[in-house]
Amino acid sequence: MRSPLSRALGLGSAKAGTQQWWRERASALALVPLTVWFAASVIAHTGSNYLAFIAWLRTPLVALLMVLLVAGIFYHMALGLQVVIEDYVHSALKTVALLAMRFGCCGLAVAGILAILQIAFRR
Amino acid sequence: MTTSNPKRSQPLSPHIQIYRPQLTSVLSIANRISGIVLSLYAIVLVVWLVAGAAGPHAYSMIHVFMGSGAGRILLFGCTFSFFLHLCGGIRHLIWDAGFGFELRTIYASGWTVVLMSSALTIIAWIVSIVLAG
Repeated sequence: MRSPLSRALGLGSAKAGTQQWWRERASALALVPLTVWFAASVIAHTGSNYLAFIAWLRTPLVALLMVLLVAGIFYHMALGLQVVIEDYVHSALKTVALLAMRFGCCGLAVAGILAILQIAFRR
Repeated sequence: MTTSNPKRSQPLSPHIQIYRPQLTSVLSIANRISGIVLSLYAIVLVVWLVAGAAGPHAYSMIHVFMGSGAGRILLFGCTFSFFLHLCGGIRHLIWDAGFGFELRTIYASGWTVVLMSSALTIIAWIVSIVLAG
């Protein structure tokens, strides 16, 4: 989101200052319907057992939406926690904290998606 | 111009504790805190999915815990954090689109966030309890 003039002049913070902000908003917008759908699904399944949960997750549309939900959550979470860490950690620990947070988010996202796929594609 | 000893402690701008809490500032920090809290619940979401993939035994352990008193308190906190962050986030997205910056509108949308997130939390739990029978 840059004006043609600013692009031509090459000014601005690190040339891509609004990118992180913009991605956080885009992921927020995607998460509004996904999280509302998920919350409604969990409420609708109150008290249902393991087999009902597996049957629900094996529906193709549910598996697709769950993968999108987990990916969206951890993408948005990494961007949000990045801002929190940058605001409060000013020592050499900042880089360590940012890296640990991103590794954690990536690992959890992959674990969650693999679990969904394993249930969805299990014979 | 200040050209004095750089080691001398410089005056700081007024910090957070000097201000009286207002709806605007409280909701701002609430959005951040609920985001951090939801990050912890995102870990629970993955644990739940992995337990589901691991099999009925692991899944029932999570299920039994979530049905316990502590589990229900955790789920209630999750529900309220979620609706607060959702409503607050939508308010922020409307601001980002360039609307709602008049002082009256800011307070109106702020109270809407407080009422909606509380109401949605209560409605979600009532529906859930009714459905569970």
